[in-house]
Amino acid sequence: MDLIDRSDVQRLLDLGAQLVDVLPADEYAEDHLPEAISLPLKQLDAETARRLDRERPVIVYCHDYQ
Amino acid sequence: MSPRAAARLATIGFEQVYDYTAGKADWAAAGLPLEGTGAAIPRAGDFARRDVPTCTLHDDLRTVRDRVRDSGWDLCIVLDSNGVVIGRLGRAALAADDHRSVEAAMSAGPGTIRPNVPLERIVTRLRERNLHSAVVTTSDGRLVGVLRRDDAESRAGDDASKQT
Repeated sequence: MDLIDRSDVQRLLDLGAQLVDVLPADEYAEDHLPEAISLPLKQLDAETARRLDRERPVIVYCHDYQ
Repeated sequence: MSPRAAARLATIGFEQVYDYTAGKADWAAAGLPLEGTGAAIPRAGDFARRDVPTCTLHDDLRTVRDRVRDSGWDLCIVLDSNGVVIGRLGRAALAADDHRSVEAAMSAGPGTIRPNVPLERIVTRLRERNLHSAVVTTSDGRLVGVLRRDDAESRAGDDASKQT
């Protein structure tokens, strides 16, 4: 797992990466990065992760350094 | 939270996992767009004027004064070579007719706000401090623009009247 900054995010998105917001669903509803999908940490398991494409990079984020 | 999510995905078998540790706060503070119900809230970056005059430490102050006066503004933002805000030339510095350098005339290290701060909060802060404007920068100090108090009050007033 790599730690990345904002410019890396934009570069990886250009390469087809998937953005995953791991905050609770109500916080995701209020605001999230464009085209991010919601996978709250508490619900993250093999079943919910099936929404993700394993062949493409996955970028996870929350609010800040939490 | 995101480091734990990244670790969890790795245990599930994902091999290309990246953690954007600075997260949503960093994204918004850079003035980049967000989606969701909160995206409609007016924020400082939405109304910051991008046409504010700028100069560098190496510019001739008299030339800067003439340029600012011609632009109709009464302030000028001093930037370094990377576009980072390092000072502000206010009314007094621009109205004087001396031969100082930009560096000597400017107010160094002006207070700044981030583009994602809700407009209503900025109006309150400007009123409390009796300020006429606020410099808006990204989290790494690059100039976004200047939010004028009259612009902010006008928009905040529009929103308040819509809610009544």
